[in-house]
Amino acid sequence: MMHPVAIIGVGWSGFRPVTPDVSYKELIYEAAVRAYADAGVDPRRDVDSFVTVSEDFHEGTSIFDEYVPDQIGGAQRPVHTITGDGLHGLAAAAMQILTGRFRVVVVEGHSKASNILTLPHITAYAMDPILNRPLRANPLAVAGLEACRYMHESGTTREQCAAVVVKNRRNALRNPAAAFGADLRTEDVLVSEAVASPLARLEISDHADGAIVLVLADAETAGRLSPRPAWIRGIGWANDSPSLESRSWARAVYAEQAAAMAYKMAGIGNPAEEIQFAEVDDTYAYKELQHLEALGLCSLGRAGPLTVEGATAPDGCLPINVSGGSLGVGHLLEASGLARVLEVVLQLRGQAGSRQLGDVYTGLAQSWRGVPTTSGAVAVLSNQLGGRES
Amino acid sequence: MTQRIASYPGTTLSEEQIEQGRVLSVHDRLRADYTWDAGLAIGLYLDGLKAGVILGVRCARCDRTVVPPRAFCEQCFAPMDAFVPLADVGIVNTFSLCYVTWDVKRIAEPLIPAVIDLDGTSPPAGIMHLLGGIAPDRVHIGMRVRAVWKPARARQGAITDIRYFKPHRRG
Amino acid sequence: MSMRRVAVVGAGMTRFVRRAMETPKELAWHAARMALDSCGLTLKDVGGVCIGSAPDAFDGVHMKGEYLSDGSGAWGKPVMRSYVGGGTGVFLGPHGWYHVASGLFDVVLVVAEEKMSSFHPHAQAAFLTIFDHTTERPLEPNLLWIFALEMNRYMQTYGISKRDIAQVAVKNKRNAADHPCAMLGEASITVEDVLNSEVLAWPVQRLDVSPVSDGAVAIVMAAEGVAERITDRPVWVQGVGWNLDTAYWTNRDLAYPEYVERAARMAYEMAGVREPRKEIHIVEPYDPFDYKELHHLEGLLLADRGKAPELTAQGVTGRGGAMPVCPSGGLLGVGNPIAAAGLMKVAELFWQLRGEAGARQVPGTPERGLAQAWGDLMQVGTVTILGTQRPA
Repeated sequence: MMHPVAIIGVGWSGFRPVTPDVSYKELIYEAAVRAYADAGVDPRRDVDSFVTVSEDFHEGTSIFDEYVPDQIGGAQRPVHTITGDGLHGLAAAAMQILTGRFRVVVVEGHSKASNILTLPHITAYAMDPILNRPLRANPLAVAGLEACRYMHESGTTREQCAAVVVKNRRNALRNPAAAFGADLRTEDVLVSEAVASPLARLEISDHADGAIVLVLADAETAGRLSPRPAWIRGIGWANDSPSLESRSWARAVYAEQAAAMAYKMAGIGNPAEEIQFAEVDDTYAYKELQHLEALGLCSLGRAGPLTVEGATAPDGCLPINVSGGSLGVGHLLEASGLARVLEVVLQLRGQAGSRQLGDVYTGLAQSWRGVPTTSGAVAVLSNQLGGRES
Repeated sequence: MTQRIASYPGTTLSEEQIEQGRVLSVHDRLRADYTWDAGLAIGLYLDGLKAGVILGVRCARCDRTVVPPRAFCEQCFAPMDAFVPLADVGIVNTFSLCYVTWDVKRIAEPLIPAVIDLDGTSPPAGIMHLLGGIAPDRVHIGMRVRAVWKPARARQGAITDIRYFKPHRRG
Repeated sequence: MSMRRVAVVGAGMTRFVRRAMETPKELAWHAARMALDSCGLTLKDVGGVCIGSAPDAFDGVHMKGEYLSDGSGAWGKPVMRSYVGGGTGVFLGPHGWYHVASGLFDVVLVVAEEKMSSFHPHAQAAFLTIFDHTTERPLEPNLLWIFALEMNRYMQTYGISKRDIAQVAVKNKRNAADHPCAMLGEASITVEDVLNSEVLAWPVQRLDVSPVSDGAVAIVMAAEGVAERITDRPVWVQGVGWNLDTAYWTNRDLAYPEYVERAARMAYEMAGVREPRKEIHIVEPYDPFDYKELHHLEGLLLADRGKAPELTAQGVTGRGGAMPVCPSGGLLGVGNPIAAAGLMKVAELFWQLRGEAGARQVPGTPERGLAQAWGDLMQVGTVTILGTQRPA
């Protein structure tokens, strides 16, 4: 990268299953104030541009970008929305800094999932209105179809998927921001009600409310303001086909391509060795496994066994979703990717409390936009410029 | 565009073609239901409306009083928690005479939406509401108006607890 | 600080129609295909895709950007959809620009699509949901309210008459008669026609407004070094700017679009434009309503406050005038498929600056043009400045 970009401030509020005491504006304001204090910036003076991520149907408001500027300090400033995951927003912010025209750019994402009364219906409205929706299938069926084919091709078992749930919800017990920490056993997951086989209820992440704000800066500003910037070494994003009829059902092709783009930028040739820990999308338990393989962190069919062996536990050789992932923290709609980045940044700074992974210097965050999309992004972050010196 | 382009794509259909089924179409009716947490500032605003009071809020740093209330000042980014009751009178900043409902039906008697700058806000800050109790051709920018409230027992804690604003003579 | 220079190298658009048979994906594909063909490129040459489309509610499709992605050429590619309401179409200028100027992409395909006709009974009803769900929606506002309120305030503040404003509708609809894709081009429309049209929400009358439309537009943007290999006449992005004002629109002075001024200043500064009235040769401001063209010309600092109507009356803003405004015919004449309408203005500058605008061509050798869009609750300004000269 020509002008390196770093995350110099993070702030969050939540994450809880309901947040009835605050409006979305107040929820976001809290996260924003924390992020700006963390970064040491005044949004009214020091921030050059703001990017927020949201989807109208999640808000219940059309042209929702109307309502984003005030609570992030963006009124009468350059502000725009990306209808994507928080990592797409991160990419947009990073690109702006890389042009050389912007020095400090803010990214915001949030979830008020608790306010959406008909969320499964709304998810169904993302399905093709002519070819798919008339079938009136629960959109979870799309995940069930994919899980079925993935398990068939990779040899992944239900027990291995259940191990993901157990790990992530246990990890969440040590995350004060997590909504769904729990001490489960594999059996608990396997006997939970079938929803869209092979998915059982406990393999599906519940939603939580929350807001996350990140402050990005160019190298000079980061050097000046931040004791330990989290450098964005690489970022990538990609779409496979939106059409159910034309996609790969076993492989997360979008994640493969997004990772390839990010790794190339970061100069990573052997991700399995060079990525020390990762936060990946686990909206459904099998997705964590599918994504690990798509990211090249292990080969096809190995993610399940590695999980059961404990390799992806916090004390394993490749800790995955130490935060608890969506299964443990709560699925935060468009902010989910930001929750993954947040954990990576905290780990790189040594600020992850009892979850701290010891000395780490390169981590990966990955997101997926959920059914029925094949859209996702990847970010590789490091606390050292230039990668792996010590 | 370059003169090399001979024709432009885009095929026109008429409403009749669709209604008469001469073009295949799929219909869907969406269920998009939400319950939005009002939160601190708007929660208090709605409580105030139920009590027959319009609340504003003051930013001490900027020395401005605004409505609708908000928990933070969008200008200086400081938190705001000094809620102040405002008089329910103000000045018409702008208005319109609207002969079309939100769902595009024609009406004979116009609705009169307006932005009303409320007394007590500084610099003048308005809310959107409706005017009533006045002939449409007598409405003008700058006229003073006062809120007409629903009776207390009918108020629910909503912007519609005010039925409309009508002309108000001082003194 | 030397920024990577970016140029527009190709463009295409569909007709703008009231109700298209084509699906949203097909509309997007048509425009994208034309844009690629116009500069001899294929999808293999495209590194990334930028999509713009306004409310998902029109289509009844959640995450509409995902749905449009294959029609927009984004299968197996990095793609992002940006969204600033009505400002989206011109925001695609900055959006595509930062993709390429960042160094991450050499060529991006930028696609704007809108199919408003899917919404029944009438797309206008979908706009109910743009209002604040608690403080405004219960009043059952029609979209026309905010325009009428702003138009009235603007007229009152500066003493501007309906007749002054109607000239803009006449100019643009007449200009649009020369646009092959126009929905509402009318060579012989008069001010009287506008003033006699049905009153919808006084002071707004039927012919003051551009109606619901379907359509798509696409452009191709490329980096310096690459653009010159694709075409011998790249049109350079000289400046971009955008600005979003507070959501509390009822606290603002509606007579003047300050957010348009801020966006314009951001773009002028990047473009090194110090005297816009001399240095901008073609203007395509957003004109969903006729008074908006005037309002925006003032916000763009191209006319003194309250004085834009005089420029219109004097013929300054006609195609043959000193500062042609909406030579395309604008939204009033070509149509208003929201995001596509904005990008249509950017495409118009591209064609004008290359002398390819046919019957709409402004005379002389214009070197620099400005496209501007507006959106949200009288709230966002987006600006793209294109020019024939490579930025220094």
